[in-house]
Amino acid sequence: MVASTLDTTDPHAPLVQLDAIGVDFGAERVLRDISLHVERGETLAIIGESGCGKTVLLKTIIALLRPTRGTVLFDGKDLTRLSERELTLEQIRFGFLFQQAALFDSMTVAQNISFSLRQHTSKSNREIDEIVLARLAEVGLSEDVVLKKPAELSGGMRKRVGLARALAMEPEIILYDEPTTGLDPIMSDVINELILGTRQKHPVTSIVVTHDMRTARKVAGRIVMLYPLPRLDQEEPQILYDGPPEQIDDAPDRRVRQFVRGEAGQRLMEMRQRNGR
Amino acid sequence: MTAGSDIPLFDRSNIVGRMLQVVVDWIIELGKMAIDRLIALGNISIFAARAARWLFTRLPHRETIVPNFYHIGVLSLPVVALTGTFIGMVLVVQSYVQFRMLNIETRLGAVINMSLVRELGPVLAAIMLAGRVGSAMAAELGTMRVTEQIDALTSLGANPIHYLVVPRFLACLLLIPALTIMADFMGFIGAYTLAVFYYGIDSHHYLINSEQYVGSFDLFAGVFKSLFFGTAIALIGCHRGFHCDPGAEGVGRAATTAFVYSFIMILLLDLLLGIMLDGIYYTLWPEGARMLG
Repeated sequence: MVASTLDTTDPHAPLVQLDAIGVDFGAERVLRDISLHVERGETLAIIGESGCGKTVLLKTIIALLRPTRGTVLFDGKDLTRLSERELTLEQIRFGFLFQQAALFDSMTVAQNISFSLRQHTSKSNREIDEIVLARLAEVGLSEDVVLKKPAELSGGMRKRVGLARALAMEPEIILYDEPTTGLDPIMSDVINELILGTRQKHPVTSIVVTHDMRTARKVAGRIVMLYPLPRLDQEEPQILYDGPPEQIDDAPDRRVRQFVRGEAGQRLMEMRQRNGR
Repeated sequence: MTAGSDIPLFDRSNIVGRMLQVVVDWIIELGKMAIDRLIALGNISIFAARAARWLFTRLPHRETIVPNFYHIGVLSLPVVALTGTFIGMVLVVQSYVQFRMLNIETRLGAVINMSLVRELGPVLAAIMLAGRVGSAMAAELGTMRVTEQIDALTSLGANPIHYLVVPRFLACLLLIPALTIMADFMGFIGAYTLAVFYYGIDSHHYLINSEQYVGSFDLFAGVFKSLFFGTAIALIGCHRGFHCDPGAEGVGRAATTAFVYSFIMILLLDLLLGIMLDGIYYTLWPEGARMLG
């Protein structure tokens, strides 16, 4: 694996360290002063309501987005300061499961899964085929799907192919963006089991962005809750909770408890007032 | 025209104040538009520089080059050939009567082939390519952007500029000269067929006149210009796709603006390169300039 040759930093230091991250889109501020670390081997769930910046945070960690302020340290390296080529070498240490799977629709399932293997390794076709079938088996898909195009698959199958693709290069860290959104309860739990199973089989660090509390409780060793900036006062931190899943029900902040229990409270009235109705 | 009125500088209670305010708002709006255009120009320049750097650093894989060459070059041939043929024929129809009145209809070959080789062949081939390929590129890459496939490429360690833009850029740059020559050739065939077999113009003199007036510099000028058109089409198409707004509407707008911007760029480049090439021609062959004047 490419990663091992680059591993020159302290093995006890956090794998990911965000220092006072801020992300703006034009005049709109999405993230403000986020400091967070992710230890090696831990599974962190980032929860929060839609539009609070969870996905933006996830994409900032893998340098798909550049923070407006602050630094992103991955294994001791500041990703914001690397050249395009150096960054690519770091990015293949990540696996990313996208919200809608983001499979390449012009390619077959097999071509999708083998994409990074063909780009970055000199493995033979036979070796690559074996890896593709092993990854498919790992996510519970048969070899009948290898020649299918993503459009022919169901949502759950697409997510699982996406996971197989993310696992192809045996990444050190996997980022899951809303892995269970849009899936039925059974398939959601299958994905939860796969996240757990992946951690058992491979020594990976995982960050799961979700608003599904069932997923967060089941897979995470630690939960971080983000809150949308427009709903916060100027001085309030954007991270409302950072702790184990067992204690989140008794979190001191009312807004955390409200989210965990899924209670709208006065929200609808607030929205109507804001819209002037 | 709403943004500017946020800054009231004049007393709006009288007509002079209101008129001055309208003028100031208009100037502010114009300034904003100019700044936006300048930023857009800067963005596309950076995009072009990144594409150029990847082009010279590492050539793309064969499996990304071949399909793009096929889609951009081979599949564009029929439509470019058809356009060339009909333009050649239409030119004969439009000019024949005037030339016939002066009894110089065999000179049609010179005028038509000169127009085809220097202007109409390259420009029409480029416009067809912008319509067929430029907007398709913007729509395809735009869809990939919207469905996070471009982010997926990056996360899998493939640079999207290297993987998506460079092969399309290479295909447009290298194949547009061939498409231009095809448009020229089919225009010549179309014009010749109509002139000789329909209007009965003498074939020998038609060809002699064509040969006498259309030189290799004219052919070179047309092909040379086409290289710039191909570059503009690929860069604008890919850039619009990469910076596509979310949703189906965003993809649609990316495809439309890719064509419109490419079209404007082709016309602008045609004018500038035309002036430049004429300058070169009359510097190399001053007797041509003396003939004019």
